[in-house]
Amino acid sequence: MAIDPSQVRRFAHGSRVPGWDDAADLSKDPAVIPDPATTPVPEHIRAEIEAQMAKYPDFRSAAIPALHIVQREHGWCSPTAIEQAACVMRLTPAYLTAVATFYDMFSTTPKGRHDVFVCTNISCSLLGADRIHEAMVEAAGRDPDFHVKPFECLGACDIAPMASVDGEYVGPLEETDCARIVDDVKAGREVLPDKQLKRRKIAIEYWREQTLGGPDARRPSQDAGPDDPRR
Amino acid sequence: MGVQLFYDGIDDPELRTLDGYAKRGGYEMLRKALEMEPGAVLQEMLDSEVRGRGGAGFAMGKKMSFIPGGTMDKYLVCNADESEPGTFKDRELMQKNPHLLIEGMLIAGYAIGANKSFIFIRGEYDHQADVLDAAVAEARAAGYIGDRILGFAHTQDLVVHRGAGAYICGEETALLDALEGKRGNPRLKPPFPAVQGLYRGPTLINNVETLMNAPHIMRMGGKEFARLGTANSTGTKVVSISGCVQRPGNYEVELGVPTRELVYGLAGGPPEGRSIKAWFPGGSSAPVLPGTDEYMDLPYDFDSIAKAGSMLGSGAIIVIDDSISIVDVAVKTAKFYRHESCGKCTPCREGTNWTVKMLERVQSGEATPMDLDIMASVQEQIIGNCLCVLGDAMAMPIGSMIAHFREEFEAHIDAARERNGLGAAIPQVNRGRQGGAYPMREPAGIEPTPAVV
Repeated sequence: MAIDPSQVRRFAHGSRVPGWDDAADLSKDPAVIPDPATTPVPEHIRAEIEAQMAKYPDFRSAAIPALHIVQREHGWCSPTAIEQAACVMRLTPAYLTAVATFYDMFSTTPKGRHDVFVCTNISCSLLGADRIHEAMVEAAGRDPDFHVKPFECLGACDIAPMASVDGEYVGPLEETDCARIVDDVKAGREVLPDKQLKRRKIAIEYWREQTLGGPDARRPSQDAGPDDPRR
Repeated sequence: MGVQLFYDGIDDPELRTLDGYAKRGGYEMLRKALEMEPGAVLQEMLDSEVRGRGGAGFAMGKKMSFIPGGTMDKYLVCNADESEPGTFKDRELMQKNPHLLIEGMLIAGYAIGANKSFIFIRGEYDHQADVLDAAVAEARAAGYIGDRILGFAHTQDLVVHRGAGAYICGEETALLDALEGKRGNPRLKPPFPAVQGLYRGPTLINNVETLMNAPHIMRMGGKEFARLGTANSTGTKVVSISGCVQRPGNYEVELGVPTRELVYGLAGGPPEGRSIKAWFPGGSSAPVLPGTDEYMDLPYDFDSIAKAGSMLGSGAIIVIDDSISIVDVAVKTAKFYRHESCGKCTPCREGTNWTVKMLERVQSGEATPMDLDIMASVQEQIIGNCLCVLGDAMAMPIGSMIAHFREEFEAHIDAARERNGLGAAIPQVNRGRQGGAYPMREPAGIEPTPAVV
């Protein structure tokens, strides 16, 4: 049976598989270690990366910290950012690009300044994380300052559904909180101070307070808590 | 509540400072250890029989004893890349009691003779990494970290290294690659890290909670510590309970408590009017178990959970109640592993991808019950065929979901086909045992045909 080539579904770049649009330009020479004479690197970036390199027996261990530093400076791991890190670390840009593309926290495409990672993994999605993600996209999706991304488990299932806003863990979220997050970030305030994870006590204490606190309890319980004599 | 090694007074904000920690007897166990021979410290760890809290449950003392003696560059790495879905114990422990981890690492480092140690913390744990950085700086200033600690001959450095978001870096060899500044791809084992690990030197890698046990073992004595918990699962365990429960959170219990007490007693059980359909006993990589009494009455320890066909893993219970479709959970689980597969070896890279595709067909109603058999056989072929256990970590829960909840999958397929107007699925062809390790159920009233070779 002959296959009609016009019926084969293709991506915009003409291939049947995704991911070929960033392919290397084979007409160019491979990029070598950037020349310090022609690659301007801000002094504080150089100092910070060099301090990181000094911490390890092998300087290459500082690849991830260096990428964190340049991404913070440039907003994303742009070719310039990677070139600067490569120049200080004396590595090829290809090496650092390979590292940057592996990890979820590095972005090799332009992104908004404020990271909002919404956890959509199992524990959070059992409690409606997909709805929270949609609401978050609704609230901040069109704002170029925000980078809303569904994320795998962020390790805070006790406050599910949750999100990490510029590294600050907040939860349990409701759909109405998304607009508040956007407002708080824009105003430069602390994000949802009443829902920050770092202020939460350990589970036993937290739920004891909630149960005694009466109607404020998020999920009121018939069980009197850990002190219940039935236990 | 039982013994609380970690959670007793952990909410005290002073505990995060060196003064507050020292007031509660902090770093005394380090001094005690340094006064002993390294071999004696190692013996205490062996006597404690404490098993790794990161997932594999391998005995900590035994792992330490694999590190060769003699003078060479040896490394100690703390695995704080806690990314297993459902697990959040290390986050709380590090944030609230960072010095206990540092002390544990110094004791472990002394026992194996490591002079360089690293805490590999996941990049998302920004606040926790800051807390650790501050604690390390304090401990360094006080002379607990650095050259000739407290005037003894032992020298140990400690670096907090932030990762950048990759589940696979929780796998020990992938973590080493990431720490060396590469993509986090797992390595072929052997050589095991104890022989050739970080920078090709002997390396001990332990989970945060495991290392935090070391000061407690020194204080209580290994033999005394071993009396906590059960014979084969000693000590206490911080259990992360999440999902459909009323009071999610971390609870510290002695190993061997009934699961019912954890899920219903401490965490309050499922929301009112609902019942537990299934639960992950040890993070999303552990095979699911049904929420029936038989399984709820299991003692929560390594051996009992393993005997029931699952694993204790990282000690994270995710509860799924009867309002949730198991198909949705399966899709979520499989998608997670597809996203996190590093792509180095084929069974995992392709297996996770095709499992997601098949599950999505099940979800949308384009599948037939035969797809469940194909999917189960794919899982069978992933298990044990990869460099690391990420592939297995998807195959085990998905395989167990199909095994335990096959009827629900089939009902879902039928309902979705009906909804889409596709009509009944093609009747299953009986392929006997050729169809893989999960043979298809034989259609009622039909004699099984002999296998065609």
